[in-house]
Amino acid sequence: MQTEAKVLDPRITASASQWRLIWGRFRKHKLAMAGLVIVTLLYLVAAFAEFFQPFDPNSTASQDVYHPPQAIRFFEADGAGNWSFRPHVIDMVLTRDPLTLTASYAEDPDAKTYIHVLGYGEPYRLAGLIPMQHKLIAAEGDGRFYLFGADRMGRDLFSRTVSGTRISMSIGLIGVAMSLVLGMLVGGVAGYFAGWFDRVSSRVIELIMAMPTIPIWLGLSAAIPANWDPMTRYFAITVILSLVGWTELARVVRGRFFALKTEDFVVAARLDGARPLRVIFRHMMPSLASHIIASVSLAIPVMILAETSLSFLGLGLLPPSVSWGVLLKEAQNIRAIATAPWLFIPGIFVALAVLSLNFLGDGLRDAADPYAQERG
Amino acid sequence: MLAYILRRTLWSIPFLIGASFLAFVIIQAPPGDYLTTYAAKLEAAGQSVDTARLNSLRDRFGLDEPFIAQYWKWITNILRGDFGMSFEWQQPVADLVGERMLFSIILALSTILFTWAVALPVGVYSAIRKYTAGDYVVTVIGFIGLATPNFLVALTLMYFGVVYLGADVTGLFSPQYATAPWSWAKLLDLLSHLVIPVVIIGMSSTASLIRIMRANLLDELYKPYVTTARAKGLGELKLLLKYPVRLALNPFVSTIGWAFPQIISGSTIVAFVLSLPTADPLMLQALMSQDMYLAGAFILLLCILSIVGMLVSDILLAVVDPRIRYN
Repeated sequence: MQTEAKVLDPRITASASQWRLIWGRFRKHKLAMAGLVIVTLLYLVAAFAEFFQPFDPNSTASQDVYHPPQAIRFFEADGAGNWSFRPHVIDMVLTRDPLTLTASYAEDPDAKTYIHVLGYGEPYRLAGLIPMQHKLIAAEGDGRFYLFGADRMGRDLFSRTVSGTRISMSIGLIGVAMSLVLGMLVGGVAGYFAGWFDRVSSRVIELIMAMPTIPIWLGLSAAIPANWDPMTRYFAITVILSLVGWTELARVVRGRFFALKTEDFVVAARLDGARPLRVIFRHMMPSLASHIIASVSLAIPVMILAETSLSFLGLGLLPPSVSWGVLLKEAQNIRAIATAPWLFIPGIFVALAVLSLNFLGDGLRDAADPYAQERG
Repeated sequence: MLAYILRRTLWSIPFLIGASFLAFVIIQAPPGDYLTTYAAKLEAAGQSVDTARLNSLRDRFGLDEPFIAQYWKWITNILRGDFGMSFEWQQPVADLVGERMLFSIILALSTILFTWAVALPVGVYSAIRKYTAGDYVVTVIGFIGLATPNFLVALTLMYFGVVYLGADVTGLFSPQYATAPWSWAKLLDLLSHLVIPVVIIGMSSTASLIRIMRANLLDELYKPYVTTARAKGLGELKLLLKYPVRLALNPFVSTIGWAFPQIISGSTIVAFVLSLPTADPLMLQALMSQDMYLAGAFILLLCILSIVGMLVSDILLAVVDPRIRYN
């Protein structure tokens, strides 16, 4: 009976929640949808990195130094010419030129390493909880294969890239979360109460925005003692990133507060005698949330790029931590990239992540704006 | 106009003080002070540590005094041209930063000029030819420019330079000019080497300025006054430059100021990858070895460069837009 009553009530049938409206507008934005899909996939990989990486990212293989990438072949013909589904890679053997001693790899068509989908690998805990041994793809026996090639210590770049996804993508999230707290606090107070706090904080924000960020970041992270363990260093870097990165969010929040403050419903709430905190969280926040989410998704790529840059320069995360920036540090000198151009592959992931997050953020911003017009 | 310039210039003084304070915080941030690092370095090198010398240095930098007093000592010394000592180079910092800062300034100025020169016409083109093949090409290149970290582009270019062209794209001078005295030939050599770093560093700010210019112009392009002007028979190019472009220019110029810190920030990594003789690689090295007076001087000078750049952009904006200078 109750459901029937609901349908009959004209006020309910005629309304859609704010989030449904946003979703409806967002879905029309094809690039933003593509961005959403890629970002979701990257975060899935980041969350379950151990499942996706066939090998331990720090395991070395001295005989496979700078091993080139291998392509997976899915089908194999037996002697009678019947094709069957057996994914494998063709092994490569290292040969050394007797005169110049330059190493080169050549395919050995007879030797194959078979790959098992959901095969067994090193035991691990999925998401740190569920003990598992299955890998998405695993080599048969003790074999190794290199989808993205190997680095100067024979470490599998595919596993390392997957493992780096976790740190690179999460540092963006955590850094932005910290910036958001700072930004909402400063921007919210400045926008709501205005007055001297607004004037002072606006000047401070302008000052920070007038600084070249990378030299400041470098200067601050140079102060982190080198003997801190990787986890502490990770958090220290995140704190440093957000200390400089919160200003943009504070500006957005302040601007929205200013715009909302004079809206009728906010004035009404205040005249009703609601306390500032209640006005802010009960009445203003719901209409701010969508904008904040959009700004957050545009701030994440900035953080990802910053971490990559710092680690690339050797003042961000340090090995044994694995992030895309740490991996790209290997591609720093010209000799390494001339012999092993596949060391660039983590860079492709950086670009992919940043581009998708930008598209996603643009789409969200357009969708969250009720006054947005169709424009080229 | 003069009043505005004066006011705006006075405004940047608190910014400069803020920047110097920040630079000093960074100098002070590493554990231990300058002299403990210096003494450790001497001992590691097997040299005897001269206590009298250490004490005189301690006195010179005021290391026993509170933070604010040390800051005061540091900043007043800088105003007299004394940036402190680099313990790694065993030289006054001022001697080390001079020429490198000059190249940093040249690089930043060329990049900002490049950004203006490209973003303006391309943005206008992209707006008036909306949804044509050319517009899409610009849009796609723009997004790639925004998303690709510029050091990645630098590395890729270096790779192609070495592997396919056999050319070295690093540095700012060809070997024969590196130590030669200044001449026209050396200047031309510098200009030809500037092209690649300028394009790489300017890429992302150019891309975002193109988007801004395009959006601004699109807002103006379909307004009634444009139709009126066209109906009265004004030539298409003259019409475009005289009305909508002029109006679309204002928000464009005001964002240029913010492009300046971005360019200096971006040049840090690119200069390192391409081993340019600018401030950035030496600053990075100083930070790595915790040679903090040298690093702090570079950070301070880069911040000043960025603040002065913004000041100049703001004054330019006032020249373009009368509403700003009379407000």
